[in-house]
Amino acid sequence: MRFFAATLTPLVLAVASPALAQTSDHSAHQQTPPAEQQTQPPDPHAGHDMSGMTTPQTTPDPHAGMPGMAMPQTAPDPHAGMTMPQTTPDPHAGHDMSTMPEMAWPQTPPAEAHSGHDMSAMTAIPEIETSADNPGRPGEPPAPAVASSEPAHAADLYFDPRAMAAAREQLLAENGDIRTSVVIIDRLEATFGEGADAYVWDAQGWYGGDIHRFWWKSEGEGAFNGELETAEIEALYSRAFTPYFDFQAGVRQRYTPDADRTDLVVGVQGLAPYWFEVDVAAFLSNEGEFSARAEAEYDLRLTQRLILQPRAEINLSAEDVPELAIGSGVTSAELGVRLRYEIRREFAPYVGVEWSSSFGDTRDFLKARGEDPEDARLVLGIRAWF
Amino acid sequence: MRKALDRRTLLKAAGAGAGWLAFDSMMPAWAQTGSAGIAPAVTTLAGPEVALNVGHSPFSVGGRTGHAVTINGTLPAPLLRLREGQNVRLSVTNGLEEDTSIHWHGVLLPFQMDGVPGISFPGIRPGETFVYEFPIIQAGTFWYHSHSGLQEALGHYGPIIIDPASRDPVEYDREHVLVLSDWSFMHPHQILARLKQSPGYFNYQRTTVAGLFSGEDRMSAADRRMWAEMRMDPRDVLDVSGSTYTYLINGHGPEENWTGIFRPGERVRLRIINASAMSIFNVRIPGLAMTVVQADGENVRPVEVDEFQISVAETYDVIVTPSEDRAYTIVSEAIDRSGMGRATLAPRLGMSGEIPPLREVPNLTMRDMGMDMGGTGAMSHDMSGGMAGMDHSGMDMSGMQMEGMQMGAADDGAGGHGAMNMRDPENAPPDMAVGVGVQTIAPMPQNRMGERPLGLENVDHRVLVYTDLVALSPNRDRRAPSRTMEIHLTGNMERFMWGFDGRRFSELVEPIRFARNERVRVTLVNDTMMSHPIHLHGHFFELVNGHDGHQPLKHTVNVAPGGQVTFDLTADNPGDWAFHCHLLLHMHAGMFNVVTIRPLDGELS
Repeated sequence: MRFFAATLTPLVLAVASPALAQTSDHSAHQQTPPAEQQTQPPDPHAGHDMSGMTTPQTTPDPHAGMPGMAMPQTAPDPHAGMTMPQTTPDPHAGHDMSTMPEMAWPQTPPAEAHSGHDMSAMTAIPEIETSADNPGRPGEPPAPAVASSEPAHAADLYFDPRAMAAAREQLLAENGDIRTSVVIIDRLEATFGEGADAYVWDAQGWYGGDIHRFWWKSEGEGAFNGELETAEIEALYSRAFTPYFDFQAGVRQRYTPDADRTDLVVGVQGLAPYWFEVDVAAFLSNEGEFSARAEAEYDLRLTQRLILQPRAEINLSAEDVPELAIGSGVTSAELGVRLRYEIRREFAPYVGVEWSSSFGDTRDFLKARGEDPEDARLVLGIRAWF
Repeated sequence: MRKALDRRTLLKAAGAGAGWLAFDSMMPAWAQTGSAGIAPAVTTLAGPEVALNVGHSPFSVGGRTGHAVTINGTLPAPLLRLREGQNVRLSVTNGLEEDTSIHWHGVLLPFQMDGVPGISFPGIRPGETFVYEFPIIQAGTFWYHSHSGLQEALGHYGPIIIDPASRDPVEYDREHVLVLSDWSFMHPHQILARLKQSPGYFNYQRTTVAGLFSGEDRMSAADRRMWAEMRMDPRDVLDVSGSTYTYLINGHGPEENWTGIFRPGERVRLRIINASAMSIFNVRIPGLAMTVVQADGENVRPVEVDEFQISVAETYDVIVTPSEDRAYTIVSEAIDRSGMGRATLAPRLGMSGEIPPLREVPNLTMRDMGMDMGGTGAMSHDMSGGMAGMDHSGMDMSGMQMEGMQMGAADDGAGGHGAMNMRDPENAPPDMAVGVGVQTIAPMPQNRMGERPLGLENVDHRVLVYTDLVALSPNRDRRAPSRTMEIHLTGNMERFMWGFDGRRFSELVEPIRFARNERVRVTLVNDTMMSHPIHLHGHFFELVNGHDGHQPLKHTVNVAPGGQVTFDLTADNPGDWAFHCHLLLHMHAGMFNVVTIRPLDGELS
């Protein structure tokens, strides 16, 4: 079907060389004796040889003396006797033209048919407009009505339609509807400073598709030889709303030695320009207290595996909450830098320093409790995910 | 029994003269190293009756053994040698615990034999046999693979050669098949999960501070800033890299050195198939010129090159004439330069040629984001005219390297690309969904078919470009297209979402509808910074590459980053067909749709 049957005439065979058909001015050769081929200009295929490209006049016909060229019996080889240049490998060599469907040449082969090999015609790719060229965005012409004719699913005619329907469901799921989950332990670290040696965890994870996800987060800290200082866990619904950002909403449970809180959470998490990972959230507690938190991280690749990660966090509160030693305004800030080495992408030990400070009334509350409102600590930890 | 096996093994060892016994035992003979070439019938499964069994097999490479999904126990699967004009019956038995299928890639057949579960047929259940039966109406190099789940990435692929009914216009003394592929000991579902969790997971070639100071990154601080501002990675060339892949040639890793035999002076036809899941290769044989005679199984006017890029699912047939009595190294280098496949052409077994080192990692440019570089001085002339001329002209391009481009873009700085909206819905068709799955929209997509492929812009030898491809036979349908269609290839690399026109297939997209025998001019616009090999089942489309009347026929076309490709399609094979990116995980992530062609012929009454 694709190839025409080999109904070939000897006359056409004799001239059935791509070289002949390359330019329209040679179309007449289809009706002329093959001997005329010798008077042809050099084959544009010779252009593959750089020297031939610049000085085509001096390029010998690369068809000359082709060993693999199986010429039909009725046509004496017009190239006989010519010498093949050693330095010019012949791209046509070995092509038996005797059975080529090329016989069906149109009477006037397009002159540019061979333009890809011809410097002068290099720009002949047709310019095709796209939507980018048409700011008004004209709609596309619709398919003819017949294109929508029945059946909706052609294979239903040949196979059990129920089996096909099930297979279609599977096809949908397998081409786009991917569910994934991850657990990221961003920080699991021991901290050393003026006070007691302490530990910190900061982890999150999600499960879901590309757009909708269940997202959880947890963080907390405490002294190794003391009690848990703070701990919190969030359960969120996360929805992608831009290519880089997710909107998140849910609840948070906080535990401290003094009091617990349950908060409503609304936040945005994602990737800001310059590859900053940001996470901003606002909280409304069951006691009616408003607070907010913003975090940002940046991975500076020193090498493919050694990564310096600056990290900043700032906490705000709308009011004083003496019970939790929180004052209104900016309550606290953390600034850290961690140097990790990714033994695997999923497993990286790190060392770093972290400075933290409290501000305003929070600072006073902490001082009143005899706690240090400012701290600089050495951290050793592990970042892992799976 | 045991003894007999041992003796057989020993005999085989003596015969092969190599130590890859256990290894080679799961190779079909043509793919075993030291292959003298493809012998008829003996090493292959010839039509018209073929039985194929899909099952599990261990697969070893690089001294490690993993689990593979294979056909008749071999990786790659047996070579099917068919003949044009023949009616074939291919009985496929599923020995897995899950559904399987075989799609005959590039083979023209009735849609219900095309082997895509959910489109052509329901799939093959465990333990069942499905008989594919169809007439062979074409000739050339093709391949076959699973269209179920991610089995293709586990070894479920093999080559097809269809011999022409009449004399082959390509003459050769010997032929070898080279099945290029990628193998990972990490399960493809795990690979996909990692990409969803951390899109840069497999990339150990990103720009770094160390690379900035050493200059190895070949990228200025200003350029880095610009890329970072856009949240784009200029080294995001392939999603999955040599950090997990071993690149195979005929199922052999680089160390196993698959060797194909030749006699000096012979014309050797290499039938090269990229059966990878996720890897695009640059193929070269240092010291040997290659004459491309076929692309995607369709004959083209011979064009001599030194290197070509083969995207996933493409095939190229080349003729080489090694004249010296020495070994030649066949290199299939991943386009991100993270690894290579290696094989050898040699007059005798046990020889090996020089193995070239991996070349430097290409940096993407603003052109790969679909931005024209017009107006940046010297570049504009060359770029706007297309770069086709460069390839065969022998012009020294060193004076106009990509640095020039990047600097030009960087000079514009934030203002330059800030002013050019990288995600303007006005640059997309009205029906495109510009949502989470669309990270960028190419503001000025370029027709890059005349340009050298990514990473080969400056190599000092001849490189195949799409405009070099000219169909050997005249195009059959010379009608002007009756309508045009624009399809955007879209994605979000940060979320590993891929789709057409902003939608993943799972979002219940409308099929792409054609009327039967309709001739349509389709333009694919790549809004992403990655290459996408787009494959249409059941048809060959004609690349609109300037060779009017001899437009090359392809079943898969690689759309360069930020580029556009136009093809003319005669929708002459009625039914339902898959249309998708052949990067397996892009397809799995949603870059897939159904093409319907109506009315059907021969409907059941």
